[in-house]
Amino acid sequence: MTWAELAPYLALVVVGFLPNEVWRMLGLVVVRGLRDDSELILLARAIATAILAGVVAKLIFFSTGALAAIPVWIRVGAALGGFFAFIAIRRSMLAGVLVGEGLLILGGLYFH
Amino acid sequence: MAVLPSPEAGTTATILAGVRQAWSSVFVYVLIGTYVGVGALAHDFGFSFVWLALSTLIVWAAPAQVILISLLATGAAMIEIAVAVTLTAVRLLPMVVSLLPLMRTRETPTWRLLLPTHFTAISMWVECLRLLPSIPPAQRIAYANGMSFGLIAAAQIGGFVGFYLAARLPAVLAAALLFITPMSFLISVLRNSRETFEKLAFVLGLVIGPVLAYSAVNLDLMWTGLIGGLLAYGFHRLQRARQAS
Repeated sequence: MTWAELAPYLALVVVGFLPNEVWRMLGLVVVRGLRDDSELILLARAIATAILAGVVAKLIFFSTGALAAIPVWIRVGAALGGFFAFIAIRRSMLAGVLVGEGLLILGGLYFH
Repeated sequence: MAVLPSPEAGTTATILAGVRQAWSSVFVYVLIGTYVGVGALAHDFGFSFVWLALSTLIVWAAPAQVILISLLATGAAMIEIAVAVTLTAVRLLPMVVSLLPLMRTRETPTWRLLLPTHFTAISMWVECLRLLPSIPPAQRIAYANGMSFGLIAAAQIGGFVGFYLAARLPAVLAAALLFITPMSFLISVLRNSRETFEKLAFVLGLVIGPVLAYSAVNLDLMWTGLIGGLLAYGFHRLQRARQAS
């Protein structure tokens, strides 16, 4: 293999895999050090849940790529519509995702 | 509804039950759709399919992969890419810390936790928190690994389809693929929040996250997690103290 062929793989490991994996391995180290873990697990669960909610909100409000071309109020409306469909249709995740996606596509086609 | 292993199932049967559970869950479609988007992006930016497949296996986090692909292709500085990737990955730490205690027993050697640690991602985390408590502790690692194999296979199929078939998607469809991730996470994380403090953490994250991002605060996601998580946990302690008295 030449350098030019190898470089993307090297980059994948050094700036993709390692900076991502370090947090997982740190988690493993923390868990190993835990003796009575019940309280810390609850706290970790609360923090993880809040971060995930932050990720979701950022992906919807500050979209990148092709999604950024859809107006923000359509993105928010589609997410809300999908959420209410999930509640209304027997708490089915599939129904919620399909309704949200459908609303986004309709809104995107109509206002594009 | 869920495919659970029988209590006397051996390792192989337990892994297979995990794979079948993954393939009977909505996350298979979510991952295929998401990775069609990632695959199309990798194709457009001139990466090889082998590179894409390897990145899905060793990074196994769609947001980090999207950042990695777009920043590498636009020639950003290596340190800048590493920082951007690591910031999206902070969430993995509390996820691993809350997940692994469900799987380990007193006798579990650490090396057996390496694979589930690496496989920890939102889809796998949500499904494990939901399903692991209902199966015997001795089977949980094998079952979680089986689910992870099934979910990664779905991501690889999606990546393949996106790379070879979905190049130059119509704009609205490309947007819809990118929308799968927030839409499905919104529902799945909330569906899993049974306790009031988890729902509170979720709502706080939804509000604090965009406010901090809009104010261009550094490390906004980390602060979102710490502020929202600590407030929700404090609420939980108060609630419990009130019940005890």
